[in-house]
Amino acid sequence: MIQIPALRFGKVYTSMDKATLVHHATSEPVAEVSQVTGSMIARDLGQMERAHKLLASIPVRDILAMYKKAADYFLNATLPCGDAELTFDQYVRNLSATTGSAMVFCDRNARKVQYVLANIEEVIAGLTRGLPVEALDAGYTTSTGRMQAFYPTTDVFGAVLPSNSPGVHSLWVPTIAFKIPLLLKPGREEPWTPYRVLQAFIKAGVPQNVLGFLPTDHAGSSDILRLCGRSMAFGDDRSMAPYKNDHRVEIHGTGYSKMIFGEDQADQFEKYLDLLVESIAANGGRACVNASAVWTPRNGDALALALAKKLAGVKPRAWDDPAAEISAFAKPEVAEAINNMVEDGLKTPGARDVTQEVRGTPRLVKEGRIAYLLPTIIRCDSPDHPLANKEFLFPYASVIEYPQADVLKRIGYTLAATALTDDAGFIAECMACANIERLNIGPLPTNRLTWDQPHEGNLFTHLYKQRALQHAPRAAAGV
Amino acid sequence: MKDTPGKPAPVTGATLEEKVKNARAQLDAHVREVVRWHFSPETGTPFWLEKAKTFNFNPLTDVNGWDDVKKFPIFEDEWLRGGPVRKWVPKGMADRAVYVFETGGTTGLPKSRIVIDDFKIDYEMMSDTLPDQYFPKGSNWLMLGPSGPRRLRLAIEHLAQYRGGICFAIDLDPRYVVKCLRERKVAEAQAYKDHCIAQALTVLAGGHDIKCMFTTPKLLAALDEALRNGKLEDTYRSIGKPVPPGGLRSIKSTGITGIFSGGTEFTPDFTREAVEEMLDNGEVYMTPTYGNTLMGLACSKPVGPHDGYKISYYAPQPRAVIEVVNPDNFDEVVPYGGTGRVLLSTFTKEFFVPRFPERDEGEREKPFEKYPWDGVSGVRPFAKLAGGTVVGVY
Repeated sequence: MIQIPALRFGKVYTSMDKATLVHHATSEPVAEVSQVTGSMIARDLGQMERAHKLLASIPVRDILAMYKKAADYFLNATLPCGDAELTFDQYVRNLSATTGSAMVFCDRNARKVQYVLANIEEVIAGLTRGLPVEALDAGYTTSTGRMQAFYPTTDVFGAVLPSNSPGVHSLWVPTIAFKIPLLLKPGREEPWTPYRVLQAFIKAGVPQNVLGFLPTDHAGSSDILRLCGRSMAFGDDRSMAPYKNDHRVEIHGTGYSKMIFGEDQADQFEKYLDLLVESIAANGGRACVNASAVWTPRNGDALALALAKKLAGVKPRAWDDPAAEISAFAKPEVAEAINNMVEDGLKTPGARDVTQEVRGTPRLVKEGRIAYLLPTIIRCDSPDHPLANKEFLFPYASVIEYPQADVLKRIGYTLAATALTDDAGFIAECMACANIERLNIGPLPTNRLTWDQPHEGNLFTHLYKQRALQHAPRAAAGV
Repeated sequence: MKDTPGKPAPVTGATLEEKVKNARAQLDAHVREVVRWHFSPETGTPFWLEKAKTFNFNPLTDVNGWDDVKKFPIFEDEWLRGGPVRKWVPKGMADRAVYVFETGGTTGLPKSRIVIDDFKIDYEMMSDTLPDQYFPKGSNWLMLGPSGPRRLRLAIEHLAQYRGGICFAIDLDPRYVVKCLRERKVAEAQAYKDHCIAQALTVLAGGHDIKCMFTTPKLLAALDEALRNGKLEDTYRSIGKPVPPGGLRSIKSTGITGIFSGGTEFTPDFTREAVEEMLDNGEVYMTPTYGNTLMGLACSKPVGPHDGYKISYYAPQPRAVIEVVNPDNFDEVVPYGGTGRVLLSTFTKEFFVPRFPERDEGEREKPFEKYPWDGVSGVRPFAKLAGGTVVGVY
């Protein structure tokens, strides 16, 4: 069993009480993860001013070079993982073992993290809107022909992370390039990716005292969000509610991502079926950018049926099967609870599970100590139905028929929306829609991300604020 | 200060075995005396005299020692909710001044317990275990814990006075904290904690020569955090007092040398963290205790790296007894080292509580020289109930 310590900004810390991670399918212990308390976090954060100064003193070009090396190490090196050393493949195997996410998804998402490491310059250029990177050294630049000055909003960036998909780690990876020390609170079942990225950074030369890996409990997570000048947190609407009005916390919650048909494409829905299936079900349908609703002005029944036929063939497969299409629930009671929520929703008239009608078997599948939820398409008669605007940790989408003229007023918050239309007027309306965060125009799946654009906030503008800066002209030396 | 009458005699014996035997004999005699007191028509407690009518045994003749305590039904703490509170005052003490202490009370009626001298006796016994080097006689105390109708508030003040000192206190309503946390008002709970710590800093800045402190794990950590962030130095400046050379950024630097602390949040990890990171590697002494309004307080075996910071508590026998029992069968004590629910009995002339299942679980510990009776270690909220417990500040 692997022993994973906490990394307290240069100090390796092994606690007495540890979280034991077990293999989701066999229940065999895989790792023990040391835990820190909120007061330890508070104490460690007292060192961040010094750590920040150290990181700020390293030329950004040197840091970017470290990213390039770290990208290589992340993918190709055997890196320490507590008292073990893991290759990339071993890391992916452990990741899948404790999260229940199929290996094929873990591998694919881990490579997204590697992509951001390898292409960091492009990513930060996108997030800073083309600011010359040297501005991060000087705090300002005039190279664009006008003064642009920035100051850091915090000495440390805290990230309270989830366990559901390693792809989310791409979001905090640029922090060090922005010269801000980094505190990671891993998800309980997913210490693997944060730890591996930090080890890749350390091997590439990033000072250890700007990197924290602090597994902790719920109260400790609250302390991170309270004490870090800037942070990001992942959680459902209820757990994130206390931070809704806290500008220091960037919330990554439920996505409610959607595919939206325009009038002009609604009759051609069949040509978009593969795109819809990918948006709904890619990577097991667990991401906030997976579509959870399809809105169309016409053909709702036919579209729901066609989608259901496409998805009804999906079957549970072993976690290490390269053909896996859905992930297991390591805690079967969670799958059961989600299934009950869907069933409860179906009791309200005006919705039916079309996939279950096509498949003829129940959504919930139990195998040994694990459980699966099979893809589910719910045809809702109205956007007011309780199942119309729901998001779950499996491939799930509602299909709603609604007039194009009003659809954007009804969709509500939408993290990622794909507008399937060539109608310039409708596109303009989508562009102006304040409910949509990430907008894809044309046949792009909701889950296809570009890392150089903001995702539920822009990391650069979270970590830096623009300021006015003037230098007085220097008087000519007298003779 | 003179001892309050009622302290049990120390257990004697040349060997541990002999001490264990003598402690048991002392417990048997004590149980007989206390049961007769509470069930005698002359001195008895109205609640128990009434309850006895439902028993199929006679407590006056059929209870001759500890083993017979099993004859009593399991004590239900619901009996403590609501009045009249006088039903708990033994007739033999009807002319004495009575305190009432409450526990819980965030929602609904709190549980009430009457007290006359018990809290004094308990804390005087506890005082005898404190090392004078770290808790100097005559030094002043800070009570950084709950105020209001809590036993702790008066008990710590008595402890300070018993040791010749004066106790400073803060205003702290734990019910408000629990309410905030239940309603997920995290920021409000934090603001209230900050308010409590600010009061403590004001006391510490007041020049009262405070060397000893009671606090809870959470408040100890919060005080440490405030000190490290220079909040006491800020308080000094705000009252026009110079910050002493070397600063005031640690608990040690405030002049505090001994901390008496309590709560089920006392885990080995927290204790290690406190010793290593808050208390200058043990230069400031800290002793954990486990207690509640019903029992009094249990002292711990010395805690430290020699024992993996394991915390083992021993009840103040014969006045109280801790058993670690099978949660599905309270008559079955688990083997030494085994895990079970904490079953508590209290035997004082003021208060009789036979076999009360605590909301905690832990491992059964063997007797040792200082406490030759069973103890409990690893105390934590009972797993089957833990989901419903909101831990506030203590």
